[in-house]
Amino acid sequence: MNPGHSLGQASNRETLVSVSGLTRLFPLGKSIFRRANSFIHAVDNVSFSLERGSSLGLVGESGCGKTTVGKLLVKLLDPTSGEVLFRLPGLAARGGNSVDPVPTAAIKAGQMRAFRRQAQMIFQDPYESMNPRRTIYDTIAEPLAVQGIGTVMDRVDLVSEILMQVGLTPPATFLFRHPHELSGGQRQRVAIARALVVGPSFVVADEPTSMLDVSSRTGIMNLMQRLGDNLSISYLYITHDLGVARYMCHRIAVMYLGKIVEMGATEELLRNPLHPYTRALLSAVPVPDPQYRRQPPDIRGDLTVPIDPPDRCRFYDRCPLATQHCRDNPHPPAVEKFPGHWAACYEV
Amino acid sequence: MDTTLIVRHRAAKPVLEVSDLCLRYLTRAGEVKAVQDVSFQLARGQAMGLVGESGCGKTSVANCLMRLLPDNARLVGGQVVLDGQDILALSEDEIRQYRWNHIAMVFQAAMNALDPVYRVGRQLLEAIEAHGVETNQAQARERVSRLFHMVGLDPELMERYPHEFSGGMRQRAVIAMALSCDPSVIIADEPTTALDVIVQDRILRELKAIQQQLDMAIIYISHDIAVVAEVTDRIGVMYAGRLVEYGNTAEVFGAPLHPYTAALLGSFPSITGEKRALVNLSGEPPNLIDPPPGCPFHPRCHHATDRCREEFPPRARRGSQWADCWHPLEVSAPVAAPEGVA
Repeated sequence: MNPGHSLGQASNRETLVSVSGLTRLFPLGKSIFRRANSFIHAVDNVSFSLERGSSLGLVGESGCGKTTVGKLLVKLLDPTSGEVLFRLPGLAARGGNSVDPVPTAAIKAGQMRAFRRQAQMIFQDPYESMNPRRTIYDTIAEPLAVQGIGTVMDRVDLVSEILMQVGLTPPATFLFRHPHELSGGQRQRVAIARALVVGPSFVVADEPTSMLDVSSRTGIMNLMQRLGDNLSISYLYITHDLGVARYMCHRIAVMYLGKIVEMGATEELLRNPLHPYTRALLSAVPVPDPQYRRQPPDIRGDLTVPIDPPDRCRFYDRCPLATQHCRDNPHPPAVEKFPGHWAACYEV
Repeated sequence: MDTTLIVRHRAAKPVLEVSDLCLRYLTRAGEVKAVQDVSFQLARGQAMGLVGESGCGKTSVANCLMRLLPDNARLVGGQVVLDGQDILALSEDEIRQYRWNHIAMVFQAAMNALDPVYRVGRQLLEAIEAHGVETNQAQARERVSRLFHMVGLDPELMERYPHEFSGGMRQRAVIAMALSCDPSVIIADEPTTALDVIVQDRILRELKAIQQQLDMAIIYISHDIAVVAEVTDRIGVMYAGRLVEYGNTAEVFGAPLHPYTAALLGSFPSITGEKRALVNLSGEPPNLIDPPPGCPFHPRCHHATDRCREEFPPRARRGSQWADCWHPLEVSAPVAAPEGVA
């Protein structure tokens, strides 16, 4: 383990992103004649912060809102309410101090380019996130051209350099190939190169290894971690795989139906899960040991969609610990049960 | 649960015997040696896992067993004896009697395993009628209802369309369909890959219970070694179209003989146990049009010697476990981790 990666130290660092009360609703049944009659609460009052150079894993089942959080952070979506504050160079208002936090809502159209230079995203599917007609060079050089970095001649060198860094060597053999000539792992390396070539300080990685084979997965995880350390990048790492999150993230936040139900340092959260949903999720993960007898997860019913959910704990219907108190009160607030370990549950 | 669905004599000998199976695909670039000399046996009630990277031939083996091969596929050798019959020798018409009645497949339940324009119950009825299991309409419906019940679906859902089902429900329906004609062997090709872990856990538990209750043989094809560890009692590791290691699941996981198996196990990020460096298996699987001479794994193997590059390795054995390797790993040998994720 890298010394800078040890848990608990992250809190001493400077905050890069802080998110408070982030909410995004998606209307249902809306048309030009009718207002929306109901809303999907995709992300509902989510708050967390991320330190420079540290990585946060956002885990949960499909439909829990983790990708929506990622898109809200890089401004691919705008929040319904709540705030995302970034402390990024080149964003502060004219005359302001460059370390003053800036809310993403205040970033004007003219500043989007500066924002994109600092906040990038890596998508899940390396087969669909690239234009099949463009060469690897075109794909990676485009952000450089958009950002006006270097001359045309410089860009060949810059692209070659980043290709070396992502392990596509020798770069000359990759520059003018097309995505279909590469394997899934190589394509994901190109996607990483494209995101990192502009030198961002914050990257949302949305399931970057879930489409890959086990063998290329380790290589990609390894690469992202090394580049993250060397270039001091903070990752918001979105994954459904707790095993991957364990290896990639300093802290893990568990989401359920638009809410963060538990958050803590990775090993602490895995060793001492507090929220009944986290416990169910952990006990459902298969263990690669034929001798190990895993207990079935303690959870009822099936995953639902949070369409105008009642104002009580989102997990109430499936919870093995649910009480009358849980039924009659609003969704529980996140409480720091142990230092740095938060859970939103009345019963733990 | 209803056990009257399957009443078939218990055979003492293996229900499925695959020997020296070889499959080629003819492509413009050349002949792809997709499956090479694959042999294994499976008895009633046994669960076997087939693992390996994509393109290693797992699904090609399954397609041979089902005789569901594309036009450019050529079976160039081997035998597949299922319930005493060599199914590779059967004609296209004869194989229809074997498919589904003796061997069935659980496909990965993306939307495309079920026809979106027919009610789910109708699709099961069709399978049952087409394979002559029940000729009477009422009895066939009764059977579908029992199958639904067995896989944990409310029989009333028979009248619904696939799009009204959740991913987990669709997977259950696909399992019910595979069970519909009392097969002796079921092949589950990545049965839970598209599902969330909690649903996956339930479906795997149910599939295992059904398998034990019906005393079926089952082959799990998966890239997820943790799933295979939990649900199988034997495991075959495939690499470059070959079975490179085979044995009892507990033995193979406890002490792999083949360096490839060790790398595969070592690259898995588990949430239990101490956090250890993950093995990084660098390089790509070989081109199967022109596979490397000697051991197919030698270009990626840290133990490779000149001999590995020239001669095909002999079979190393430890009890019932075997691996094709010149330098099989010792029981106590630590897994080599030259470049791992910290």
